Amino acid sequence: MFSLSKHKTFRGGVHPPEYKHPSKDKPFEIMPLPKRIIVPLSQHLGKPALSLVKKGSEVKTGSVIAEAQGVVSSPIHSPVTGKVTAVTTTVNTSGFPKESIIIEPSEIEEFDFLPTLNCETISAEEIIERVRLAGIVGQGGAAFPASVKLSPPKDKKIDYIILNGCECEPYLTRDYRYMLEQPEAVLAGLQLIMKATGVDKGIVGIEDNKPLAIESMKKAAKTFNNISVEAVETKYPQGAEKMLIKALNGREVPPGKLPLDSGIIVQNIGTAVSIYVAVVKGEPSITAALTITGNGIKESKNLIVRVGTPIDEVLNYCGGVTNDAIKVVVGGPMMGVSQYDFSAPVMKATSGILVLTKQEVAEKPETPCLRCGKCVEACPVNLIPTKLARYSQLGKIEEAEALDIRVCMECGTCAYTCPANIPLVQWIRLGKKKVMEKVK
Amino acid sequence: METVTENPSYKLELTSSPHIHSRWSTQYAMWLVVGALIPSVVSAVLFFGWYQLVIIGFSIGTALGTEALIKYIRKRKITISDGSGVITGLLLALILPPNFSLFGTVIGAVIAIGIGKEVFGGLGYNIFNPALAGRAFLQASFPVAMTTWTIPNFALDATTKATPLASMKFDQIHTSLSPFFWGNIGGSIGETSVLAVIIGGVFLIAIGVVNWRIPVSMILGMILFGGILWFVDPVKNPDPFFHIFAGGFLFGMFFMATDWVTSPITAKGMWIFGMGISLLVVLIRVYGGLPEGVMFSILFMNGFVPLINRFTQPKTFGAVK
Repeated sequence: MFSLSKHKTFRGGVHPPEYKHPSKDKPFEIMPLPKRIIVPLSQHLGKPALSLVKKGSEVKTGSVIAEAQGVVSSPIHSPVTGKVTAVTTTVNTSGFPKESIIIEPSEIEEFDFLPTLNCETISAEEIIERVRLAGIVGQGGAAFPASVKLSPPKDKKIDYIILNGCECEPYLTRDYRYMLEQPEAVLAGLQLIMKATGVDKGIVGIEDNKPLAIESMKKAAKTFNNISVEAVETKYPQGAEKMLIKALNGREVPPGKLPLDSGIIVQNIGTAVSIYVAVVKGEPSITAALTITGNGIKESKNLIVRVGTPIDEVLNYCGGVTNDAIKVVVGGPMMGVSQYDFSAPVMKATSGILVLTKQEVAEKPETPCLRCGKCVEACPVNLIPTKLARYSQLGKIEEAEALDIRVCMECGTCAYTCPANIPLVQWIRLGKKKVMEKVK
Repeated sequence: METVTENPSYKLELTSSPHIHSRWSTQYAMWLVVGALIPSVVSAVLFFGWYQLVIIGFSIGTALGTEALIKYIRKRKITISDGSGVITGLLLALILPPNFSLFGTVIGAVIAIGIGKEVFGGLGYNIFNPALAGRAFLQASFPVAMTTWTIPNFALDATTKATPLASMKFDQIHTSLSPFFWGNIGGSIGETSVLAVIIGGVFLIAIGVVNWRIPVSMILGMILFGGILWFVDPVKNPDPFFHIFAGGFLFGMFFMATDWVTSPITAKGMWIFGMGISLLVVLIRVYGGLPEGVMFSILFMNGFVPLINRFTQPKTFGAVK
């Protein structure tokens, strides 16, 4: 595919219809407290937190209700003031039953935040400690504990901090609204990340379909001489860490390695804001900013809701769903998870809820592979999806492994573009699972 | 207020991501190719008369009938509406000589679909381009009829019944390039008009059906290999642009070599495939016994596609080799 964009990018990828218009001009709105709060103990990558409360415990907004277990874990704070009604197993948005704390909010809210800190005088160690205590996780999707990412091994030299403002998933406009409404908070968060890691170069990467966000961030960045704002081509999955690094720095992070192995740390826009808020207001990770959109929702909105708010309450707050709605997805349309239980709660890293109609998810018949090569051309990590999917289907695990199936990041570009409508990434996902099981 | 949980008739779809799909489908791509061939059909009628439509009709009808019959015998779902059978029938007709016998056309279409495609398991599994397989069979079975050419309407010179390639090969007569552009020259039903072929071909590249690498590598290959021979002996050998415009080169390049199923899937593979076809075309035209070599070159390279795919695996992102 030829590209007309003059901005930097990676090889491959696709450009689905953006569909950002229903929500992109809606400022963030704060949703009132829900009737019930469900706080899963595992909202992050790593070990689930350990509950500190039991049925009947009184909790305040911001008080720790579950503590981190080990380094790669994260504490959890009560998003509301109220009474714990149960500690039990519920379905969360990943679709799996997980242990959760259920809280009934009371009318009067009492706050139990961390002490406020001064952005100017804070030390690197204090920032990392605050991020850890505030339970901040990466909001780009993987929900990796942010404090771990801010403490790279001593032998790794980090050259750049990249702030990921691509928001390459169609529909979602959360990061866009942050960049328009709170560019100063975003950049202050980036400064804190840079200070914590001792890096003096920061880059904000934004897709070129968001000119207003680029303008807003550039204006705010004028006061800093160590931060640059750069436009990158609008193309999915431009917001995948390794793709963004390739576009901005030309570096290719090797398979199985982390960005920090290539001297770079990537953080999401939302994460930067959370870090800033945790430092200056002492507010732990108790809210999530998300986009609620899709043709199946009555009114598209960008909302700030308390973590633990069940998604049906969020949907009802947006006017409910239309009659032709057929799918509810948490996350973006390319990588999000479809839902079957609407009591599943919003979590720390939830970026959006989509209600899609039949037209939007139009199912086409699957035909045999036509060997058109579109999946090969589109795969951002240079795999041969059609071959991997076939191997997975046939159970040829060694062959799939030899063709680097584990490098696949499951972005879905192949399945999106396949004319034969073969569920390529779905087969590959299954194949990856089998490879992992075999490795164990 | 209607809510998710309060609506009992609410049917939910649960699938694994991605939840959206591109505009592409097998059918959509196939019908775009059919559309891209319309200019060539128009040029056929213009230069060789209405009768060519009868040949085209017979060819498409037989192709679809054969496909339906074989699917019925094999107790498979009949999928003739996917458009691929129409393409095979249409392509076969367009590469036959004008006013070719209907009997021969029907035989060719049966072979194209039966032996060229369905024997391998149908669409997506065939190794050779079905239309070319059908034509190769006809070339072997009816060698005289397959090289009997008609004088086109509006011919500049009524005696030039032979194709420019045959004139070049057997009489050392070099045809000037301008008649190629419109197509008022001797040749197959739908291949003679460079203009019509380019309109269809550029459309297919622009809309994304055809990957640009195969046409580009074929043209560069022709300039390179044809150029070398021309440089060595400009009296005997035509210049590379003659090679590009003459015979079925452009038609084969846009509509046959780029056939999804029978061309490589890797970028590097497409370059090797295209270059290989051009090299073979030049060799057959200049040194072979036949004046034209596009058909055999493409079929020959089709046979190498699995091997080419295997040895042109792209380097995994970030991997050090």
